[in-house]
Amino acid sequence: MTYGKEPVVEMQGITKRFLDVVANKNIDFSLFPGEICALLGENGAGKTTLMNILFGYYSCDEGKIFIKGEEVSLSSPRDAIKRGVGMIHQHFTLVPSQTVLENVIIGAEPGRWLLIDKKSAREKLIRLQKKFGLLIDPDAEVWTLSVGERQKVEILKALYRNVDILIMDEPTAVLALAEIVELFKTLKALASENRSIIFISHKLHEVMEISDRIVVLRNGEVVAERKTGETNVKELANLMVGRELLERIEKKEITPGERVLSVDDLTVLSDRGLEAVKKVSFSLHKYEILGMAGVSGNGQKELAEVLFGIREKSGGKIFIKGKELKDGNPHESIKRGIARIPEDRIDTGLLMDLSVEENLILEVHSTPAFQQRGLFNFQNIHNFSETKIREYNIKTDNRDAPTKTLSGGNLQKVILARELAGEPIVLIACQPTRGLDVGAMEYIHARLLEQRDRGCGILLISEDLDEIFLLSDRIIVIYEGRIIGEADIHQATREQIGLWMSGVEEK
Amino acid sequence: MISDIFNLAFLTGLIGATLRMATPIIFATLGEIISERSGVLNLGIEGTMLMGAMTGFLVTLITGSQWLGVFTAAIAGILLGLLMAFLAVYLGLSQHVSGLGITLFATGLSMFIYRLKVGSPTVPPTVDPFKKVVIPVLSDIPVIGSSIFSSYLLTYIAIILIPLVSLLLYKTKVGLKIRTVGANPFAADTVGVNVNLLRTLCLMTGGALMAIGGSFLTLAHQNMFLIDVVGGRGWIAIAMTIFGNWDPVKGAAGALIFGVLDGFQLRLQALGFRIPFHIFLMIPYLITIVALVSVSRKATVPASLLKPYRREEKGS
Repeated sequence: MTYGKEPVVEMQGITKRFLDVVANKNIDFSLFPGEICALLGENGAGKTTLMNILFGYYSCDEGKIFIKGEEVSLSSPRDAIKRGVGMIHQHFTLVPSQTVLENVIIGAEPGRWLLIDKKSAREKLIRLQKKFGLLIDPDAEVWTLSVGERQKVEILKALYRNVDILIMDEPTAVLALAEIVELFKTLKALASENRSIIFISHKLHEVMEISDRIVVLRNGEVVAERKTGETNVKELANLMVGRELLERIEKKEITPGERVLSVDDLTVLSDRGLEAVKKVSFSLHKYEILGMAGVSGNGQKELAEVLFGIREKSGGKIFIKGKELKDGNPHESIKRGIARIPEDRIDTGLLMDLSVEENLILEVHSTPAFQQRGLFNFQNIHNFSETKIREYNIKTDNRDAPTKTLSGGNLQKVILARELAGEPIVLIACQPTRGLDVGAMEYIHARLLEQRDRGCGILLISEDLDEIFLLSDRIIVIYEGRIIGEADIHQATREQIGLWMSGVEEK
Repeated sequence: MISDIFNLAFLTGLIGATLRMATPIIFATLGEIISERSGVLNLGIEGTMLMGAMTGFLVTLITGSQWLGVFTAAIAGILLGLLMAFLAVYLGLSQHVSGLGITLFATGLSMFIYRLKVGSPTVPPTVDPFKKVVIPVLSDIPVIGSSIFSSYLLTYIAIILIPLVSLLLYKTKVGLKIRTVGANPFAADTVGVNVNLLRTLCLMTGGALMAIGGSFLTLAHQNMFLIDVVGGRGWIAIAMTIFGNWDPVKGAAGALIFGVLDGFQLRLQALGFRIPFHIFLMIPYLITIVALVSVSRKATVPASLLKPYRREEKGS
């Protein structure tokens, strides 16, 4: 890293307000050629907003932007791209039904007049692919690609436009371990070509591994800037959160009790009709957190959906406290004491347009306490929702606020409040802290442990090894729809679980 | 009687009728496909066609020029497309409500203007319709010569438009942008495509095609304007868009199948079966429903159809 060079990007005194919320407060930020700069901060710290301003997607209320020494005013992404700034968003900007080539060239199609010159487009794409080792069939339709491959398409899309300032918004959030390693290789290759990269993240270990320099944002302000070699994870965590974090959550030793959930030879088909879960058997006990580790897409979703009652199994049996669970019926699952935290809070967990209160009573709205003769008893409903909002410290304007106005952490709290209200026997938690910041994560973890200590059996489905090791009493690993390994928390090692997760079985 | 149905003269008549019945639906279906591929369902189609039918007829009645009529009809279609864009794209209102509103509005307006100009005489006025264009040499081929190669110029244009629209969508820069805007407008925006402008242009083009399809009804198919002249053909075009899986060639093929059925029922009526003719009228619509049920399950809808696009400036 050379600080002697002129910065390629300089943002001075950037302020951005959304109605009455100040998302960026007088931020100064610069980026140097050939460096990988991490923008670290919790959700809502203003990282993405700042970068959307640099990308021309938002306009800033105050401040100046210089790119390559020239003051610019960016009114749309087109202006930014012209100056070599590209951004890869968390939600991919790809069209699944179109080919890789079509996705890459859109908006920058070669060719005279109306017609696209596919031949020269393809040649240019293949040249880039070879140069950076991003090999994907240009004619493959994007829906057939894995998430990691899709990200490569996004990177190619930026490179195709000769982007030399690349912003990546939480690029690892959706990737498997092996894919992250590959991504980091690509980023380093890009930086060695004197391209600059801004890496937005809240994952401390990754930031330490990939970046040259780290800028920490909190509540819309830059609170610190460090050279990566001169800081450590603990310092960064404290800077990011603004307080000392708990070193480790207290976890009581409790002997597991009776068996509450058992799954025997369960087989489940995926949407495409393939076997996503293959003859899986395991059991879960009272006072126990069973961590199911595995890279996403290995059958976890289908397994959870059967337990949730929203997918039918094709073979095997499920027992709750020794009595068989009828499948394909969510009402039955709720009635039998299964609490459900779905993988996708926004699509399946909540109704984003309904109020917080309505979401809180979704599963219990027809119980006698809340309705008589087909009419709601609003007195009881209001009491219930007010209590839950207080108990779970849900940050919302009021109980009638549309759920979509809440932040990610608070959305998850609404789900927790709803699911745990009935004192469930079994809790199925799918990726419960994915995408959440450290504070919210800490909170969710504490609540899960509290449930376990109460006697709930928890199936924790997660691909976050830190989380698995922090909470679980026992770990099973799912790979390609099968349980490939099992270990007690005291015997389990990260290496072993990691190997299992990548499909390496014991001899 | 059965042998009457399947003789050569019948076949010739059927092919001719098929093309005639299919022409307005091909225009409308292509217009709807362009709109929907950009992400906007235009239920204003039925009204737009009626507007085109009325405008084309009136202008021809006044000026005596059918082509001026078609041209003016296209302008009217463009204006209605613009209105749809204002409501559904810029204001972001429900596409269903905006579209149905435009159909109701355009229906009323067409009637109003017609009455204003023509009044309500007992015998409605007529215009000189388009003449069929007989293509030399080719029209001497038996059966298809006197059916396919002696059709209206608008029919030829409709047929030529099918591969052209297909080319536009799949082989051109603007086509790629249209498909992207309809599938993932955010993706289009981040590479500098003006999403709302492109959607507006698609609605205007689509509106023009729908209205031209409508004008065919009063300038070729018939030579007078009646309130029910469109008779649900706009809705059929919506069905054909789905039936064709948003593909111009397949959608137009659907329109031709509908044309065959419509032509067939006309022939049957002409043969004088002693059944109420309404039964025959129902056949094409009935079969359209059956076809839709079997095909539309596999349909791949443009992913952002019905969704207005705005940059996500939080809190606003």
